[in-house]
Amino acid sequence: MMNKAGSPLLAEDNISPDTRHGVILYVEDVSVSFDGFKALNDLSLYINDGELRCLIGANGAGKTTLMDVITGKTKPDVGNVSFGQQVNLLGMDETEIARAGIGRKFQKPTVFEMLTVFENLELSLKGDKGIWTNLFHKLSGEQKDKIDKILTTVGLKKECYQQAGALSHGQKQWLEIGMLLAAEPRLLLVDEPVAGMTGQETERTAELLTSLAGEHSVVVVEHDMAFVRSIARKVTVLHQGSVLAEGSMSEIQSNPEVVRVYLGEETGA
Amino acid sequence: MMLDKLKKLGSLPVVVGCLFISTLYVAICNLAFPEGSALHVSTYTVTLFGKYLCYALLALAVDLVWGYCGILSLGHGAFFALGGYAMGMYLMRQIGDRGVYGNPELPDFMVFLNWDSLPWYWAGTDSFIWTLFLVLAGPGLLAYIFGSMAFRSRVSGVYLSIMTQAMTYALLLAFFRNEMGFGGNNGLTDFKDILGFSLQSDTTRVVLFAVTATFLALGFALCHFIVNSKMGRVVTAIRDSENRVRFIGYKPEHYKVWIFVVSAMLAGVAGALYVPQVGIINPGEFSPLNSIEIVVWVAIGGRGSLYGAIIGALVVSYAKTRFTAIMPEAWLYALGGLFVLVTLLLPKGLAGFVPQLIEKYKQNKTDKKPQEVQS
Repeated sequence: MMNKAGSPLLAEDNISPDTRHGVILYVEDVSVSFDGFKALNDLSLYINDGELRCLIGANGAGKTTLMDVITGKTKPDVGNVSFGQQVNLLGMDETEIARAGIGRKFQKPTVFEMLTVFENLELSLKGDKGIWTNLFHKLSGEQKDKIDKILTTVGLKKECYQQAGALSHGQKQWLEIGMLLAAEPRLLLVDEPVAGMTGQETERTAELLTSLAGEHSVVVVEHDMAFVRSIARKVTVLHQGSVLAEGSMSEIQSNPEVVRVYLGEETGA
Repeated sequence: MMLDKLKKLGSLPVVVGCLFISTLYVAICNLAFPEGSALHVSTYTVTLFGKYLCYALLALAVDLVWGYCGILSLGHGAFFALGGYAMGMYLMRQIGDRGVYGNPELPDFMVFLNWDSLPWYWAGTDSFIWTLFLVLAGPGLLAYIFGSMAFRSRVSGVYLSIMTQAMTYALLLAFFRNEMGFGGNNGLTDFKDILGFSLQSDTTRVVLFAVTATFLALGFALCHFIVNSKMGRVVTAIRDSENRVRFIGYKPEHYKVWIFVVSAMLAGVAGALYVPQVGIINPGEFSPLNSIEIVVWVAIGGRGSLYGAIIGALVVSYAKTRFTAIMPEAWLYALGGLFVLVTLLLPKGLAGFVPQLIEKYKQNKTDKKPQEVQS
């Protein structure tokens, strides 16, 4: 596995999830409501270690809220969310959850526009995130190699010293995925990775995400059905804040409920 | 290799060099050339420029939080004033029994208020070392408390700016009160000596100027080190996207508090250097308007560029001195006009102007090249 104990300095942050049962993320009976509107309604979801899971669902089905709950941005009214068996995510804030090994890519690509691509990755590297260490921090050769490797993976080697703000939309998406990789998370939450990408870019993103599964667990939220079809082994359909169906793409497509509420809309449009 | 190292230092050697040369110039021309000589620099001028250098250090402090971390503080005048008051207390104690009332222990205003002993917070202010500690600790502590509360509850943007204004205004009102023990609306003044040297002597003035220039250089070096460290890049990242920073495992509020405290301390040092040179500190320094003016210096000089902040403070302060001598009532209009013009025409401030020109020149050159080949 990739969690090679890290440096001793990290001991307290390095909460490694207990995945002996093969499940890395437990979301159980979670409900969230905003001013009476139930964004998540008694939702339960389990993500297996090393799995690539796609979440689909119409607008307002609760996909982004679910991501917010997992990453600590939104606290659920009831329910239980844990990382592996032991680590209860509800008692932790965004930073602690990120340090525990859950990385998130936002719907709108968010990179540090004024910093270079290289610096964006440098900041995202796994390591001590304290002030004083970073004041005197120097990149080790190992870390430089790591950044180099990620640059190759996400195909931004040439843009290495360019300001991130000057990248194209698709490149920003990749940079953000690269930033996730640099943090060496166990679980990646990827919100709409191919929005605004060209066909070719989409294809490469699909390749990238499938190659990540196994070593990491990946949850992808996406609207683009063709894309989902190309990467998904298992798909979860959300509808009005709860799980409507779960299974392989072909099972989902033949599920009459799903066809009615979601896929039906697509063929109808 | 050498070139790489030089590149890393950036504008640091230039700024330090300029400060060193101007200090040397001022020292020689004030002390070595007699009055009336064409090369003589008057003590008045020395003090005036010493004051500008204090402003420059203050601008540097504001640029650190605003330019690099995106915290628009409209209350940095408060930290400046607190540093100034700390130094003022020491200078008051240096007067000793030479005050109007001749009380060896109490400053005049306390005798006037019929107090018979020093308030507890004046304890130890006769020690210069303790004063130096207060200069850093006073502003630092206030910034820590204010910053912790504001940044932990994720107050940012305009709301934060308004709160900083309220903070400095509250302190203005508090320091106006005689019961505060800081001389009420008269403040602290009539200083005589610093470390036993008369504040009126030319040598002391020149030394104060040199010390100010040194601290400005040190402050610049410190800021330069911070913004070029990985820590500085985290701070810039917080400015660009605080949420992203949080989701990659940093605690933005800790970073913001830290940089806010460092900046407040720099402002405090600037205030402490300012007071012996101008000879007075009063609650007017807490005025919200002062804090806004600092922000204008930084905006004009170039937000997010350290030497820009210095240039802004120097240029605007000099203009103010000149302008208020001719048409005092029109100064605020001129300042406002300058601010609008710079924001419209030079979004990166004066510091961004020269690189912009160079860039344009380079572009013209590369545009022309292919044509030359054709002809």
